[in-house]
Amino acid sequence: MSSIPYILEERPDTGLNNSRLGIWIFIASEIMLFGGLFSAYVFLRFAAPEGDFDYWGSKLNVPMATFNTLMLITSSVTMIMSWASLRMKQFDKYKMYLGLTILCGLGFLVVKYIEYTSKFHHGIFPSSSTFMGIYFTLTGLHVLHILGGLLVLIYFWSPVGKRMYDEDPNLLANRIEVTGLYWHFVDLVWIFLFPILYLL
Amino acid sequence: MMVMRYQLAYPETPIPIVGWFFAESGGIMLPENYNTLGAMHGTIMIFLGVVPLAVGAFGNYLVPLQIGAPDMAFPKLNASSYWSYFIGGVIMLASFFTPEGAARSGWTSYPPLSIFESGQTMWLCGMIFLITSSLLGSMNIIVTIVQLRAPGLTWFKLPFFIWTQLITSFLLVLAFPPLEAASILQLMDRVAGTSFFLPSGLVYAGNAVEAYGSGSPLLWQHLFWFLAHPEVYVLILPAIGIVGEIIANNTRKPLWGYKSMIYAISFLGFMSFIVWAHHMFLTGMGQTMSAFFQLTTMIISIPSVVVLTAFFLSLWGGSIRFNTPMLFALSFLPMFGIGGLTGLPLGVAASDIFLHDTYYVIGHFHYVVAPGTLFALFAGIYYWFPKVTGKKLHEGLGKLHFWPSLLFMNGVFMPMFIQGLAGLSRRMYDGGTQYAHASDILQWNEFMTISAFCLGAAQIPFILNIFMTLASKATGERNPWDSTTIEWSSPSPPLPHVNFDEEVHVYHGPYEYSVPGKDKDFCPQTVK
Repeated sequence: MSSIPYILEERPDTGLNNSRLGIWIFIASEIMLFGGLFSAYVFLRFAAPEGDFDYWGSKLNVPMATFNTLMLITSSVTMIMSWASLRMKQFDKYKMYLGLTILCGLGFLVVKYIEYTSKFHHGIFPSSSTFMGIYFTLTGLHVLHILGGLLVLIYFWSPVGKRMYDEDPNLLANRIEVTGLYWHFVDLVWIFLFPILYLL
Repeated sequence: MMVMRYQLAYPETPIPIVGWFFAESGGIMLPENYNTLGAMHGTIMIFLGVVPLAVGAFGNYLVPLQIGAPDMAFPKLNASSYWSYFIGGVIMLASFFTPEGAARSGWTSYPPLSIFESGQTMWLCGMIFLITSSLLGSMNIIVTIVQLRAPGLTWFKLPFFIWTQLITSFLLVLAFPPLEAASILQLMDRVAGTSFFLPSGLVYAGNAVEAYGSGSPLLWQHLFWFLAHPEVYVLILPAIGIVGEIIANNTRKPLWGYKSMIYAISFLGFMSFIVWAHHMFLTGMGQTMSAFFQLTTMIISIPSVVVLTAFFLSLWGGSIRFNTPMLFALSFLPMFGIGGLTGLPLGVAASDIFLHDTYYVIGHFHYVVAPGTLFALFAGIYYWFPKVTGKKLHEGLGKLHFWPSLLFMNGVFMPMFIQGLAGLSRRMYDGGTQYAHASDILQWNEFMTISAFCLGAAQIPFILNIFMTLASKATGERNPWDSTTIEWSSPSPPLPHVNFDEEVHVYHGPYEYSVPGKDKDFCPQTVK
């Protein structure tokens, strides 16, 4: 029914297909979203009393966050591998790598859950301090992005992916490429969150 | 809006007809009711009115048609943008009927007050949906323009309207997320008890506020105006695009300085990101900051003047057809001119100290968006109605709509400059009766209120016109205005999901009117 051009093939004069351009613009707007929050962090850090952010920052669990960082980086690698396998028409390998990506994402959420609950257990809430407020807001929003990404990944890992692959392997590869770009972005946000919240 | 005007003219008196809404006070509007109406008027007009109309409706409908595309690039994204807007709109409107009532902290929602005042949580939730809707919609518009242009339609053959939509969409994509971030922070302040926008030692309604403190109300203002200044251009750019199309068509001439206008609006789009703090001269952010933002504000007025000058020069030597769309488009020029030029004293920090938060500001931005953007949208409706429905709106009723609208529009907003220059503050529920300096200019309120009601009555011919035309028989004429741009080569109304009934190839620039040596005075883009 639809006759929309350049869904998969690249438009000659722009060198892009629709979804690739779309996801980059989406990421640009996401950068502005997190950029707004990061600048709020900087603003609040300057406005806070001396040592306030350091004191509350020291209450965070650095080893757990380091583990989570490694987990997300691994998931980005497996994400690439799954896309590459798909490009090489190796569907089983694609499914394995995508599964690993999903596992890493879920593992990240589990660790985050443990971190959050232990904070609540110690009576630390977003209202405890400005630092904790921005910590919970930033990581919470990031967790929502991970959740969203996982939903999409699970969707493509499910039989829907197989059906799409049988219909047109390039279509699935295109979807996985675009999802991967988003996944790398979410990973990158964490790479920024980790130092400013846990290490600074 | 009418209720607000009635209140300003006749404060402390029961309001007829809608008085039951304020039953507890015997039909008299209380200050908090006035604040609610003020806040929701701004919110509804901007986020539920002009943006969805100018970008959502006109953009979404005309962009694929004007670039010869079968549809938008992402139809599902388009639908989700609409439904997200729908949910946001329902939340906003439903907030009137909750026990807390709708938001009453102004459309700007300045903290710390907005953290404590009731109704704000619904407002923030609604905003998050509306912002998401705009983001999805504008991404779609950008991809559509970049990717789906018909063969032969190069960048400088695009109609000016498409260029304005492209810049607008970039503004939305890049400026809206910081407001989303700010809304999330404010929501946290209200729901999770954080204190991002609450300074230490705050006292509210006589009680010390129990919060951690060390936050900053200024942070909200920075994040808010980082969106809200580009937002002004989001409101005006599509209007400029519509006016450009109609002026070229009805002067039967190419737009004068087409390329300079494109460069001007691109520059304007870029500059609009670095002028936001001219809304904050009175916050004590310091002279260096004020000087910087004053300078950028003066610079950003240049591209607007370039565009307006080009429009005026386009009229020169044209054989102008004074039909209804053209009348609205023509009146846009002086009205937007007044709106724009009265903005300059506000952009200069020294004069802004006096004018800030007076009715002068209200007059200024209403001239930009009411007789400016709104007239352009009217012009657009009259101009493209035959394309959407295959039926042309009645010219006589159109003129009956236009002339009183123009007259009463000025009747409403012109006295605001007088009141503002006399120092009358905005956002006062009784219009400022307790102030001595206001006593000389308060009599204007009655005049403005009567004008506002007449302005409302002037819309009756418009509504009648639409319904009567819809009831009439379609002619299906493809190109009733003898226009050159691509949308007029499609059937009226365009075919669903494909728009065009034959392949579109583009051979000409957008405004090849009165080309010497041709037998007709227009040369459509799609005809060799």
